[in-house]
Amino acid sequence: MNEQPEQLRNFTINFGPQHPAAHGVLRLVLELDGEIVARVDPHIGLLHRGTEKLIEQKTYLQAIPYFDRLDYVAPMNQEHAFCLAAEKLLGIEVPRRGQLIRVLYCEIGRILSHLLNVTTQAMDVGALTPPLWGFEEREKLMVFYERASGSRMHAAFFRVGGVHQDLPQKLVDDIEAWCDPFLKVVDDLDRLLTANRIFKQRNVDIGVVPLKEAWEWGFSGVMVRGSGAAWDLRKSQPYECYAEMDFDIPIGKNGDCYDRYLIRMEEMRQSVRIMRQCIQKLNAPEGKGPVVVADNKVSPPRRGEMKRSMEALIHHFKLYTEGVRVPAGEVYAAVEAPKGEFGVYLVSDGTNKPYKCKIRAPGFAHLQAMDHICRGHLLADVSAILGSLDIVFGEVDR
Amino acid sequence: MDDAKLDALGQTIVSALPGAATGHSVAFNQLTVDVEAAKIVEVVKYLRDDPGCRFVNITDVTAVDYPSREKRFDVIYHFLSPTLNTRIRLRVAADETTQVPSLIDEFPGADWFEREAYDLYGVFFVGHPDMRRLLTDYGFEGHPLRKDFPTTGFVEVRYDDQEKRVVYEPVRLNQEFRKFDFLSPWEGADYPVLPGDEKAKQ
Repeated sequence: MNEQPEQLRNFTINFGPQHPAAHGVLRLVLELDGEIVARVDPHIGLLHRGTEKLIEQKTYLQAIPYFDRLDYVAPMNQEHAFCLAAEKLLGIEVPRRGQLIRVLYCEIGRILSHLLNVTTQAMDVGALTPPLWGFEEREKLMVFYERASGSRMHAAFFRVGGVHQDLPQKLVDDIEAWCDPFLKVVDDLDRLLTANRIFKQRNVDIGVVPLKEAWEWGFSGVMVRGSGAAWDLRKSQPYECYAEMDFDIPIGKNGDCYDRYLIRMEEMRQSVRIMRQCIQKLNAPEGKGPVVVADNKVSPPRRGEMKRSMEALIHHFKLYTEGVRVPAGEVYAAVEAPKGEFGVYLVSDGTNKPYKCKIRAPGFAHLQAMDHICRGHLLADVSAILGSLDIVFGEVDR
Repeated sequence: MDDAKLDALGQTIVSALPGAATGHSVAFNQLTVDVEAAKIVEVVKYLRDDPGCRFVNITDVTAVDYPSREKRFDVIYHFLSPTLNTRIRLRVAADETTQVPSLIDEFPGADWFEREAYDLYGVFFVGHPDMRRLLTDYGFEGHPLRKDFPTTGFVEVRYDDQEKRVVYEPVRLNQEFRKFDFLSPWEGADYPVLPGDEKAKQ
């Protein structure tokens, strides 16, 4: 009886769908050759809610809350993209105070997202303290969300044509007072992580993406900046009042996880810089005024007017039943969300509901490259890479 | 880029690719180029490699469903050129049986976007090595973003305590699906027939 040579077979393991380092419901089928990753097959869609189908059934106003539930770590940035798309079709411009409030809250969203990502990625590679420190600051930011919109996460604060409510002066002052102590927290995190030997061993030269590959894989945001492109939609295709803000775009040189971490840290500091300028402009006399467009065909009249004016009442009724009628056309609007380019491709047929609303989520493009980036890395690096891609399943699965 | 420059860019592209790019338009400061389905790879290669274009970043691939048309789908590609700092939209007409060549050899990032378009619309991409469903459930049937697919879907799932497993059943609605049509018929809407219209002389 001759012995067959023992067949060597790659070992396949199932990572997730419930795994603390999966940052949500991700199922990875990993094929391992020893401890080396030979193939990664991400299975997504476990959080698919049919957002795009639902938006087709809703009016433009009713569609806005769905955007909070995409990347639920930085809700207002998503609403922003949708509002910009609808505004482009309608051909309206947001009043200055509305723009400043939007920018202020988008930067708060950026810090919310980066805080979560930087600290939980550190937790994925073994550090437990950063999330505890970071989440304390996130808590304060969520209170700012709540004080503006009434809701800690799913704000639904932006409207087509502006934002829902003006900010009380006390809130603006409190956000300003938050800025300086926060920079100290960032410095503390910096001291804890940046030079940390274990953190560097787990991140430096891990998940390297050359710039050419980054472009052709459809990457955006921190993922291309980490690879060396000074590309930021806030600078290169400025929307709202980003053109008049003074801030820097940090870029990386090596395109590895560590560079992406450093960029996110620096972007938080730059966001604080933008927030300070917003607050200064909000407090200046030019920064006072309406926060939504005055056109009652787009934005509802203020409650006070409705008590006296029949026309205001009719407009209010029409806007909350029929909704805004958006002229026919197709448009693509993108914002620099914390995770990359978040775009909305909106097709209108001239009625009160979008004919088609495609949501282009940055995480979707980043996650599809998992196989490409992870091949040849060790199993333990998978969670480090996944963390540095900055994935949130709300937006990947939609 | 302003509209005139975009228009010039569109003209350059259309004249450089006769038979492949059939026309262009500029609306809302965005350039759209119509492309023949069979020639999409050629167009994309030109857009990527031509020094005057350099559309190296694939932003998005999706489809739009117009059931009344002969070719019901518009397959929409978005590309970004960081060099020109501009975007381009390619539009390809297709139906359920049109074989749209996959871009995966030119842009590996087209992988999931094409799988998603196949999953949600049933647009068929040839040359894609791994055309599985992406977002919907394992074993799902139908293409949910088509306009003729009901929002409620066809099946619902529940955990069956007797069988000790999740079972799929045809969807049962305790209340009719509520779809309010608030669209005002008086403001230029092109309603087919309003009650009483048949009496009016055209």
